[in-house]
Amino acid sequence: MLAQLRPALVATLFFTLLLGVAYPLAVTGVAHVAFPKQAEGSLIRDGQGQVIGSALIAQAFAKPQYLHPRPSAAGNDAYDASNSGGSNLGPLNPDLAKRIAKDTAGLQGEGAGPVPADAVTTSGSGLDPDISPANAQRQAARVAAARGIPVSDVEKAIAGATKTPWLGLFGQPAVNVLQANLALDAAAPARAAPIPAPAPAT
Amino acid sequence: MNGQGWAEIVLTIVLTVGLAWPLGIYMARVWQGERTWLDPVLRPIEALVYAACGVKRDKGQNWVAYAMSVLAFSIASFLVLYLILRFQNLLPLNPQGFPGLSPDLSFNTAISFVTNTNWQSYTPEQVVSTFSQMAGLTSHNFLSAAAGIAVAAALARAFVANRSEDLGNFWIDLTRISLYVLLPFSLILALAYVALGEPQTLIAHVTAHTVEGGKQVIALFPTASQEAIKQFGTNGGGIFNANSAHPFENPNPITDLIEIVSMNVLGYACVVAFGRVVVAKPDARALVIVMGLFVLAASSIVYATETRPAPALVAAHADAGVNMEGKEVRFGAPSTAIWVAATTGASDGGVNATHDSLMPLGGGIAMFMIQLGEIVPGGVGSGLYGMVVLALIAVFVAGLMVGRTPEYLGKKVESREIKYAMLAVLILPLAILGFSGVAAVLPVALKGLANPGPHGLSEILYAYSSATGNNGSAFAGLSANTPWWNTTLGIDMLLGRFAYAIPVLAIAGSMAAKPKLSATAGTFPTDGPLFVGLLIGVILIMGGLQFFPALALGPIVEHFQVLHAVAAR
Repeated sequence: MLAQLRPALVATLFFTLLLGVAYPLAVTGVAHVAFPKQAEGSLIRDGQGQVIGSALIAQAFAKPQYLHPRPSAAGNDAYDASNSGGSNLGPLNPDLAKRIAKDTAGLQGEGAGPVPADAVTTSGSGLDPDISPANAQRQAARVAAARGIPVSDVEKAIAGATKTPWLGLFGQPAVNVLQANLALDAAAPARAAPIPAPAPAT
Repeated sequence: MNGQGWAEIVLTIVLTVGLAWPLGIYMARVWQGERTWLDPVLRPIEALVYAACGVKRDKGQNWVAYAMSVLAFSIASFLVLYLILRFQNLLPLNPQGFPGLSPDLSFNTAISFVTNTNWQSYTPEQVVSTFSQMAGLTSHNFLSAAAGIAVAAALARAFVANRSEDLGNFWIDLTRISLYVLLPFSLILALAYVALGEPQTLIAHVTAHTVEGGKQVIALFPTASQEAIKQFGTNGGGIFNANSAHPFENPNPITDLIEIVSMNVLGYACVVAFGRVVVAKPDARALVIVMGLFVLAASSIVYATETRPAPALVAAHADAGVNMEGKEVRFGAPSTAIWVAATTGASDGGVNATHDSLMPLGGGIAMFMIQLGEIVPGGVGSGLYGMVVLALIAVFVAGLMVGRTPEYLGKKVESREIKYAMLAVLILPLAILGFSGVAAVLPVALKGLANPGPHGLSEILYAYSSATGNNGSAFAGLSANTPWWNTTLGIDMLLGRFAYAIPVLAIAGSMAAKPKLSATAGTFPTDGPLFVGLLIGVILIMGGLQFFPALALGPIVEHFQVLHAVAAR
């Protein structure tokens, strides 16, 4: 065993430096030259250069003139982007049934047809930036009414923020909530009138 | 369920196995010390490592020396990692000023990453500094993978050897696998991940002023570089708490596909390399087929269960087409299903959805895949050697039926090898069921459970299965950052890694010393459908019979509860 001491220590030290320091730093260096936007977290800035969020990370939206993201179990206050995670509730957990029943009841009057599953379930990350097209569609009338714009304008913003499965095969269609909301604000910034609407589900 | 979903599942598996072939051929060259196209760059570095380590290129090791090297290296890297985590507050690149990890959490985490498990009792973005993430965790993602593949390479040499003791040299295997296989492919994967949206920065967090006027602190890490080796080396440890469900670790269906493929491809490639080194390509192909069939079957079952009506959605009269609790919209049921099968079959343990919220049989299949012994396709290296152990048991069973001394790949399989094989295999029920049984009646353990009823038992069973199988995924509702869980899970990770690998090396030593026989008319063929069927049977019996009673009390009874709850509506 003693004969193994030298190679064990040397190898651990050498590979820690190579794979734990040089490798990530090299990737960081190349990434910042080649893909600076992605490397910094796909941040979105406003006109003054202030960060308003990340295109990949859900943020809270509760006002009626915005599309609402899925409920979130990340952190104590939801949408905590430094404390990601799901609810971890099992399918028969009474807490899950209660939460879903409450949220579904709150959304029942918003549109026709059953409430989409993604609108009343928390994601694995708690930071899911997307909602399903059905969920977005169901919110379109509320958003249009709150903004005083035609539903077709909202649908256009939704379509612009929709990604389809890759090659038509991999993944599911998804609407990026932040992107759609920013498009709505850009198209009709002054019209965002605070019309009272049913209390948003959390 | 729909055609797109099924096509996605089948295509992903076909693509993975297809890519494993060229990778396996390349890896065989690395194992055998042959020239590769990276030689001009890497040979000098390799020579430098050997000189510094005092290792001679032509000096092989017998199985005891090889095992001692594996242990010495693991102990050294455990100590270094333990110290980095315990004292990260004194080290650079800790912008949030995180304190050092507690002794039991440092112990658990260091064992976890050294054994290629990557079980995490903590929320990384709340606890781990950027330096610990890089120098501590990223580097051990490489090294634990390389050590596993090295043992597989040694086992391959044992089947080639003819009355010899020489299994190769661990230090050379470790170095070559790290430099020639893991590092170059991880570099390519990491840059692809950044291009596709994963962050790679030393800045630890950004504060966003959100559209509705709130504040959101967004945690960042050098994500892509760790994500690359996390999957490629079947490590699975999340850079963020949500693991690959987190949009930074897995932003879209393309990264999802690459991550699924990369977490299984090296496991299959080890088998391909084994087939080439031993000159038994058809036999290796049979093993690959067995592995692929298990992944296909498991993906299919999970896809089917996750598209069955979830009781909470049914009760609320919401759309119950897919059990979306814990899933990401961009992945949905099929991408989640194939991921669940790939990550639990491969001892990866990364997740793109919360396993705790899967339907009972979906979570049950995840657990079952781990309990099979992490061999379909298994962890890098460890999947191959685990599968060869099962293959030895399978030919032994066949030998008993016809009354002949069994052979595998030109080596007689005798009582000594079978004893070692059973020793390795029986570690699993001992470590998993032993601790689960104790935890199920121990108040200090039960405090950590998040779900009542049979699902709580599933959380316990899953935790010990995951630790012993060196998988690392979790029914994450379990609050495992307590001395009880950290310590017992740490012990299980050690048992699952070393109480398995050392008997395997003993088998290798014993095989190498035997004469290499050529096949005769009486040799049971190990490359045809009969053997494939026999091996599947042995795997199911070893995994199924040992764990079925426990599973019946957890996921299976919960499945019937779900059926009852849905039917009552």
